Amino acid sequence: MLPDVIEFRIDRRSGVSTYMQIIQQAKQAMRLGLLNPGDRLPTAREVVEATAVNPNTVLKAYRELEREGLVEARRGLGTFVTKSLASEAGSDESPLRQELSAWMSKAVQGGLGVEDVDAMYAVVRQEQFGVEES
Amino acid sequence: MDGALSCSGLGKKFRRGWAVRDCSFELPEGKVVALVGPNGAGKSTLLGMAAGLIRPTEGELWVHGTPVRNRTHPDVAFLAQSRPLYRDFTVREQIKAARAMNDRWSDERVTEILDLLAGVDPKAKVGELSAGARSQLAIALALGRLPKVLLLDEPLSDLDPLARDETLRLVMTEVADRGTTVVMSSHLLGDLREVCDHLLLIDKGHVQVDGDIEDVLAEHRILVGPADSPEPEGTLVSATRTERQATLLMRDTVSVPDGWAGTEPDLESLVMGYLRAARGRRD
Repeated sequence: MLPDVIEFRIDRRSGVSTYMQIIQQAKQAMRLGLLNPGDRLPTAREVVEATAVNPNTVLKAYRELEREGLVEARRGLGTFVTKSLASEAGSDESPLRQELSAWMSKAVQGGLGVEDVDAMYAVVRQEQFGVEES
Repeated sequence: MDGALSCSGLGKKFRRGWAVRDCSFELPEGKVVALVGPNGAGKSTLLGMAAGLIRPTEGELWVHGTPVRNRTHPDVAFLAQSRPLYRDFTVREQIKAARAMNDRWSDERVTEILDLLAGVDPKAKVGELSAGARSQLAIALALGRLPKVLLLDEPLSDLDPLARDETLRLVMTEVADRGTTVVMSSHLLGDLREVCDHLLLIDKGHVQVDGDIEDVLAEHRILVGPADSPEPEGTLVSATRTERQATLLMRDTVSVPDGWAGTEPDLESLVMGYLRAARGRRD
């Protein structure tokens, strides 16, 4: 039987530290609804067996998620998700998502390429959210 | 002294001079330490002293607070670069010999490890194994001592990519299961980045950098700017220059001056910067 947890993929060429990759992927899984309150994160040992990274790094990433109030470590049991990041507004059928989809097909009809769309998106996002720390 | 492995004023003089001099550090328990330095920096001598196989000329070493004196500390296991094994023994006989030589020993642990490693046939003669398989056997025997501190001298040097991955996985699982402190020397910086969380950089027998890798990287900046402008504030580690551009590795830079671009280095460029500085001093 496959273990009932998510799996991290560590990209060694990305330039992003293993620590950040684990945090980002855990949050991503929470946003996508792959991880919901009550779900267990893989143990450090499970991550190590799958990816050969340092277990201390995994635990450090989990501590950061805990500090942000997203997960909770329960002694001897593991680390569990306590908060939901999945929002209705982001789901496939939501109006916002459909509007974005309609906008993007207009962009395609208008002859815009992927880079043009990405650049436009990045500029608008920056206008709305400010400069993002990378 | 606290820490899993610590030393104070440690030095070793051979006939040709000091291999290690005035070394003091305290490695926290459960860390995976990258021991890095140019050839001849004193890495193997330092590990040999920590293992109790080389007697220090001056200073002292402790493992979990107990001094290391002329014998391998019971809590320490050491993988020497020469991988000392009996070539004429079979793998089974070699394990038996190791059991006889160690007070604390787990056959179970060794068997469990060898089962995970594809390349080591228990019936084969040690001398007939590939260099990589011999390294893996030597690591399995080191783990059979159930150490609290595991010292690995160039553990990955003769392993192919698959065996390297197997071996790192094995050592990392050991850390996850038993909280073992690991000190490994290696030239392969790319491999160390994923598995180490502490950096001990030595040169000419002296400690140059000692600290948590994330913290150490955060203390440094790579600054790129025009060659003719004055150098920014901070401690310059090393620099490369062209006619018009200077690339500086700086420590404790307060701010990035106008006209300069600053980024946090990755482990590889940080270590390269220090090694370049070391070579400069030697010439």
